[in-house]
Amino acid sequence: MGTIFFFVLAAVSVISAILIVAQKNAVASALYLIVTLCSQAMLYLLLGASFLAVIQIIVYAGAIMVLFLFVIMLLNLRRDEFGPDKKKIQRVLAFALGAVWLIQVVAVIKLGLSKMSLSPVTPEAALETGSVQTIGKSLFTEYLYPFEITSILLLVAILGSIVLAKKKI
Amino acid sequence: MNPTFLFILITVIKVVVIVHIFMFILSYLTWAERKLLGHIQARLGPKNVGPFGLLQPIADGIKLLFKEDIIPAQANKILFVIAPVLSFIPALIVFAVIPFGDKVTLFGQEIDLIISDINVGLLYIFAITALGVYGIAIAGWASNSKYSLLGGLRSMAQMISYEVSYTLSIVGILMLAGSLSLVDIVKMQDSFWHMFIFKQPLAFLIYLICGIAETNRAPFDLPEAETELVAGFHTEYSSMKFGMFSIAEYANVVNVSAIATTLFLGGWQGPYLPPVVWFLLKMSAFLFLFIWLRATLPRFRYDQLMKFGWQVLLPLALLNILITAVIMII
Repeated sequence: MGTIFFFVLAAVSVISAILIVAQKNAVASALYLIVTLCSQAMLYLLLGASFLAVIQIIVYAGAIMVLFLFVIMLLNLRRDEFGPDKKKIQRVLAFALGAVWLIQVVAVIKLGLSKMSLSPVTPEAALETGSVQTIGKSLFTEYLYPFEITSILLLVAILGSIVLAKKKI
Repeated sequence: MNPTFLFILITVIKVVVIVHIFMFILSYLTWAERKLLGHIQARLGPKNVGPFGLLQPIADGIKLLFKEDIIPAQANKILFVIAPVLSFIPALIVFAVIPFGDKVTLFGQEIDLIISDINVGLLYIFAITALGVYGIAIAGWASNSKYSLLGGLRSMAQMISYEVSYTLSIVGILMLAGSLSLVDIVKMQDSFWHMFIFKQPLAFLIYLICGIAETNRAPFDLPEAETELVAGFHTEYSSMKFGMFSIAEYANVVNVSAIATTLFLGGWQGPYLPPVVWFLLKMSAFLFLFIWLRATLPRFRYDQLMKFGWQVLLPLALLNILITAVIMII
């Protein structure tokens, strides 16, 4: 049952990810990105990480993508203004860099799998680590300083964007 | 019988029954709204179809189904058709985590009166509510009409702004309850004075205001301000597609009422009457409030709405969290 779900979700997520870049229409691209993010959230759910799945939907699909879509709709791009670039060198470079990146990913996965041994995780243990309680506890004990520093970083980013956007405060 | 099979069977039966009851409540909410609005404005409301106009929702449904279904020539056809579904589905599935009664025993089986008691129930509600905005946004964009686009953009801006305070207003309750499961939150409010409305009055007010704004109801119904935008994001929609948007709106109203009942009024808990009846009574009180507000309050201006959301509600929600934290430590 889980395997079937995994393959369906994986297929949806990969196909919609390809469609993000293959679409000429910016709004359609954004919508496919939302589909990808949601199917990834489902994959997290299959792994027992319910908190991560819900946060993925709230933050990425629910907040950030709404802003993306908002901006795209405001700009109201027409089809001909937004298409694949005609310059040939860009295409060649894109394919070359893509190939390099693919080799890197495959190499990292191969090396990583050979060097470390993954102990099989029971579904109960996965549910335990994925729960809100466990994540909350480790965030506020073990990783307290990184957590607080991240929040300060975000606060600074918010203030910075306000200063940049508003001429008169 | 195989326990997995039994579990799936019970869940499917629960889903089917609840969806039907939910849709029944929605259709009669339209009747109640028209009747109440009528009486508040010294009219009679629907009265010709059946006794007290009780068959009016069915007549409305049949009328919508038989209307011509128009797709504008320049519209993006696929997205235009998908948009009503995208606003309808989230409104429907939020109810899955709301408990509407205690355990009951039927045919020797213990059945929880909730479709799914997940340990991130409250976050699930926020996640699904956040997805609800896409239906409206896509409808506005796909219609290829100025009014629709403006309505869609307004609605997105409004929902993003109020979602922040909406979520933050609940944090106080999370701190007191120490759980994200709605079943646990209901169980904590086991007597009259233990209801969270008394411990979190500020959060209750913020939640209610944001809930009304989230559902795009009066006095926050700017996305469909008819004097400025014809009908906002659903200007170009006709027939059952239009019907689905209005069903989604009513479903969201019911959801906000049900969540408010669960979080602040102790859910299904109450003396003498059966739990389900208590739940429906408390929920109806909120539904009445929604209609009452629509009948009495004029619409906000757009800049007032944004200012109110960011400069009044957001600081108040943060203040509420601070006060709750200080009181919990003392």
